[in-house]
Amino acid sequence: MSDQLLFSIEAAINGLMTGILYALVALGFVLIFKASEIFNYAQGVMALFAALTLVGLQKGQVPFAELINAIFGTNIHEFGWEMPTALALLLTIGVMVLFAILVERIVLRHLVNQAPIILFMATIGLAFFMEGFGDLMWGSDIKALDIGLPKGLSETVDQTTFEWFGYGFFIDRLDVAAAIVAAVLVTALVLFSQYTRIGRALRAVADDHQAALSVGISLRLIWVIVWAVAGFVALVAGAMWGAKSGVQFSLSLIALKALPVLMLGGFTSIPGAIVGGLIIGAGEKLFELWVGPLIGGATENWFAYMLALVFLVFRPQGLFGEKIIERV
Amino acid sequence: MFYREVGDFKTSYAEDQQTFPIAFDRWRYYVVIAVAFLVIPFIINDYWEKSVLLPFLVFSIAAIGLNILTGYCGQVSLGTGGFMAVGAYACYKLMTGFPELNIFFVVILSGFVTAAVGMVFGLPSLRIKGFYLAVATLAAQFFLVWLFNKVPWFYNYSASGQINAPERTVFGIAVTGAASPSWATYLFCLVFVFALAWAARNMTRGPLGRKWMAIRDMDIAAEIIGVSPLSTKLTAFAVSSFFIGIAGALYFSVWFGAVEVTEAFGINQSFRVLFMVILGGLGSIFGSFAGAAFLVLLPVFLKNVMVGALGWSTAIAANLELVIVGGLIVFFLIAEPHGLAALWRTAKEKLRLWPFPY
Repeated sequence: MSDQLLFSIEAAINGLMTGILYALVALGFVLIFKASEIFNYAQGVMALFAALTLVGLQKGQVPFAELINAIFGTNIHEFGWEMPTALALLLTIGVMVLFAILVERIVLRHLVNQAPIILFMATIGLAFFMEGFGDLMWGSDIKALDIGLPKGLSETVDQTTFEWFGYGFFIDRLDVAAAIVAAVLVTALVLFSQYTRIGRALRAVADDHQAALSVGISLRLIWVIVWAVAGFVALVAGAMWGAKSGVQFSLSLIALKALPVLMLGGFTSIPGAIVGGLIIGAGEKLFELWVGPLIGGATENWFAYMLALVFLVFRPQGLFGEKIIERV
Repeated sequence: MFYREVGDFKTSYAEDQQTFPIAFDRWRYYVVIAVAFLVIPFIINDYWEKSVLLPFLVFSIAAIGLNILTGYCGQVSLGTGGFMAVGAYACYKLMTGFPELNIFFVVILSGFVTAAVGMVFGLPSLRIKGFYLAVATLAAQFFLVWLFNKVPWFYNYSASGQINAPERTVFGIAVTGAASPSWATYLFCLVFVFALAWAARNMTRGPLGRKWMAIRDMDIAAEIIGVSPLSTKLTAFAVSSFFIGIAGALYFSVWFGAVEVTEAFGINQSFRVLFMVILGGLGSIFGSFAGAAFLVLLPVFLKNVMVGALGWSTAIAANLELVIVGGLIVFFLIAEPHGLAALWRTAKEKLRLWPFPY
C-alpha cells in the first residue's frame, strides 16, 4: 500500500477517536435539548468545570483559595491530602447533581415558556458564570489530570500494523480507552432510557411536554435528572479531554466543536450525535492532512463549522433530525 | 410635572411622527448631543479616551449593528468578531494601498466591504433557521479569523502577523497613529456614531425596519403577506455588517492602532457584543447604547475597585468579572428579558404620570 494511503488511514483512525469525544460532549446537548428544548451552550463549560472539580478534589486543593487569600491575607492552597480517584469521581458527580438542582431552581424555573432563543442566551450567561466561577474556585493554571487510564503509544497496534503494512500506526492508548469508556457510556444511556421508569418518563417528556404533564410526570424533576445526567456525561468528557491534554480553558473551546457535530447529526438524535462526531473527527483530520498544507494549515479551527454549514444548506434538519415542518 | 405631552400641540404629520414626541425628551437629546460635541472634547484626557469613551463609541456601533440583525430581524449571530475583523483588515489594506485616500472614506469603504462579506455569510440564513443559524455563524467567526491569520497578503507580509495603522489626518489633524490627540480621535468616532445611530433609528422605523420585524416575528407569515425573505434577510445582514465593519475599522485604526486578529477579534468579542445587545435590550437603539455603556464601564469599575482599591490580583478580578457578567445576563433574562431599554421605557411611563399613580 502506498504511504499516502497509510497516513490517511492512520489520520482517519485518530480522527475517529477524537470524534468519539466530540460525540460525548454532543450527547450532553442532545439529552438536554430533547427533554427541555433548551440549547445548552454551557455544556462545554460544564465539562471544564467537572474536570476542574475532579482535579481539585483529587489534589486536595482548597476551593476559592486565591479569593480567600486575597480577602483575609492568609496563604492557604491545599488541604494536604491526596484523594483516591474513585472517591473524587463520586464527589464530583455529587457536585454536578447539586449544580443541576441549582440550575433548575435559580434559572430554568423562572424561564419556563420563554422563547427558545432567550433560554439559549441564558445558557450563554450560565457558561460565562461557570467559566469564571470554576477558575475562581480552583485556579486558572493548567492542571494535569491522572485518573489511572493507560497512556502513550500503543505497542500492540504499532507492532501488528507494522507486520501487516510495514508501517506502524501511532495510536494513543488513552484514545482507545476513551473510546471504550464512551461506548460503554452510550450503551448505558440507551439502556437507561429504554428500560427504566425514569428513562421512559424522559422519553415521554421529550415526545410531548403537555401530554407528559397530564399523565403526572413532574417536569421539574425530569429537568433536574436530565441536567444531572448531562453533568455526568460532561464529567466523563471533561475527564477524558483533561487526561489527554491537561485541564485548561481551551477545553471549553474544544467542546464548542460539539455544536457542528450536533448540526450534522440533528439536535434530537442520539445516534446522530455519535455519527456526526465520527464524521467530523475523521473529516477534519483528513482535511488537514490533504488540503491543510496547501492553504497554510490549522484548518481544524474551522473545518467542522464549514462542513456543517455547507451540509445544512442542503439538509436543514441534519442527518437524523426530525423533518422541520413550519406552520403559520 | 414637566414630562408631559400636554400643551405640546402637533400641527403636522411629521411632528406627530417624530422620534422624540415629548418636548422634554427632545431637549434632553439636544443637550446630550451638545455636551458630546462641544463640551467633552475640551475636557477629555488620555485615560478617559482610551479606556472609556472610545470603547463606548466603537462598541455602540457594533451593538447597533448586531441589534439590527438580532433584535430587529431575529437572526442570532455569533460571528460579530469575525465581521469586525473584516472591517479592520479592509481598513488596513485600504490605508496602506491608497495612502492619499482620506481616512474618513477608508472607514466607510471598509464598512461596504464587510457588508459584502456579511451578505455572503447571510445567504445560508434562507435555509437555516434559529439555533442552526447561530451555530452556522460560528463558521464565519472561525473561518475569517483563520483567514486573516494564515494569508500573509492581508497583513502585508509583516513578520509579527500584526497590523499597524499608519498616521492619517482629517483636516490636517492626525486621527490615527500614536501622535493623534485625544479630542480628535474622540470627535472622529463620535461623528460616525451620531450619523450611524441616526440612520439606524430612521431605518428601523421605516419600511425596511418593518419588514425586518415582520420576518423576526414570524418569517412564514411575513412571506405570505408579501415580504420577500431573500431581500429582507440579506439587507439585514448587509446593514448589520456595514455597522459592524465600521466598528471594526475604528477599533483597529483609531482606538488600538495595532491589533493581532486572534486576540482582538476572537469568539469572546462576538459574545461581548451579543451581551451588550441582550443587556441593553433587543430591538432598541437606545438599548444598544445602554448595553455598550454598561459593559464598557463595568470592567473599568470592577478593576478600579478590586485591583485598585482592594489590591487583589488581576486574575481574580478577571474571573469575578466573568461571574458577575454571566450572572447579570441570567438575571436580566429572568427579571427583564427586554433589557435596560425596557427599564428606561417603564421609567418614562411612570414619569409621565408622576406624581399621580394612575
